[in-house]
Amino acid sequence: MLAACSADRGDDGINDPYEPMNRKVHAFNRGLDARVVKPLGSGMSGGNGVGSHAVGAVGNFGSNLAQPGKVVNHLLQGKPGPAARSTLRFLVNTTLGLAGFLDPAGSDFALPEEDTDFGQTLATWGVGEGPYLELPLIGPSTQRDAVGRVVDLVIDPMRGWLNRDQYLIGMGARVASKAGERGRFGDSVDSILHESADSYAQTRLIWLQHRRHELGEEGEHIDPYAE
Amino acid sequence: MTLMPNDTRRGFLALIGAGLAVAARPAWALDTGEARSLIEQSLAEVYAVINSGQPAPQMYRAFEAIFARYADVEIIARSALGPAARQAGAAEFAAYRQAFQGYIGRKYGKRFREFIGSKIEVTGAKPVKSFFAVTSVAYLKGRSPMEVEWHVSDKSGESRYFNIIIEGVNMLASERAEIGAMLARRKGDLAALTADLQQAG
Repeated sequence: MLAACSADRGDDGINDPYEPMNRKVHAFNRGLDARVVKPLGSGMSGGNGVGSHAVGAVGNFGSNLAQPGKVVNHLLQGKPGPAARSTLRFLVNTTLGLAGFLDPAGSDFALPEEDTDFGQTLATWGVGEGPYLELPLIGPSTQRDAVGRVVDLVIDPMRGWLNRDQYLIGMGARVASKAGERGRFGDSVDSILHESADSYAQTRLIWLQHRRHELGEEGEHIDPYAE
Repeated sequence: MTLMPNDTRRGFLALIGAGLAVAARPAWALDTGEARSLIEQSLAEVYAVINSGQPAPQMYRAFEAIFARYADVEIIARSALGPAARQAGAAEFAAYRQAFQGYIGRKYGKRFREFIGSKIEVTGAKPVKSFFAVTSVAYLKGRSPMEVEWHVSDKSGESRYFNIIIEGVNMLASERAEIGAMLARRKGDLAALTADLQQAG
């Protein structure tokens, strides 16, 4: 399956059979970013320190609620160490960290966030990356990661522990913290999304490279002297 | 005990071995130590500019000069242009290369504010294929530490870096896509691309 998947990649390491559709979605996402997300993000993180602290706290709250789902994925990947540390992190931040608004686990207990998701679990199981996809509102993804996102919603233990309103508040906090990140990393996003000659191609390339790096699936190094 | 402890002896032998290796090698050949110090020096110069507090346009020119001194601009510009580089005339290519160098200085220089109050620590160097990879970690305010890898080669006759990879995202691939898109927009006209590059970044 892996061999089949890498065989679909072109010389540039990109497998994008849905490019025409993806480009339409990209144009939509880009417009949304310029008109909604960017003004919102810079409003949230710009200006005085109070605003950025509030964004940080909301971000902490949202990401704390995501910990149990990460524990499940660490376990599914056969990684008990990160699973145990993420469980501890969740317990410490939920109690000492006042329901997760603070992050004492990271700052005082050396338990930083160990990010993972079901897309990574699929990768660990040997499922190929599949074609590149740009999803509305969500942004760059692959077929494997898109499936992973859906499964992550289904297997999230929080759904069983919280009532519907609490769960929606948690999801809202996660979305808000994304908008806050947009403000903090604004220059990077602007340069890719609004200043490059082909922002679709740049976004696709940069996202795929970064994701493959996270998953340990990077290709060969470029040797321009050998070309 | 008159015998040297084991590891001291081994260390001593290794030192002799290293000495022989140095003696047997052409003077300009690159090793991990040299690759590492090249990156450390160029970073020190970049931070000196960032901390100088001079006006932005002057900073961009200073970054461009540092890039020209420590990077193999020739191969980066050639690789970014792709197959079109082979068809270009010498003068045409030289003009493009010059414009490319200024564009890089401005494009990456514009991000200098993110690096105020930051530090980049060089953590190691190792041979990869026919070149060296120097690894470093960037500590930027409010972000988790980022892995930054530099690829250094002496194929140009001098030790220069030719690629920077930040958390898996590599500058050479990114510029290939960007320059490729700019050239396509000008329907393959290199002189027009060069003119665009003088304004871009």
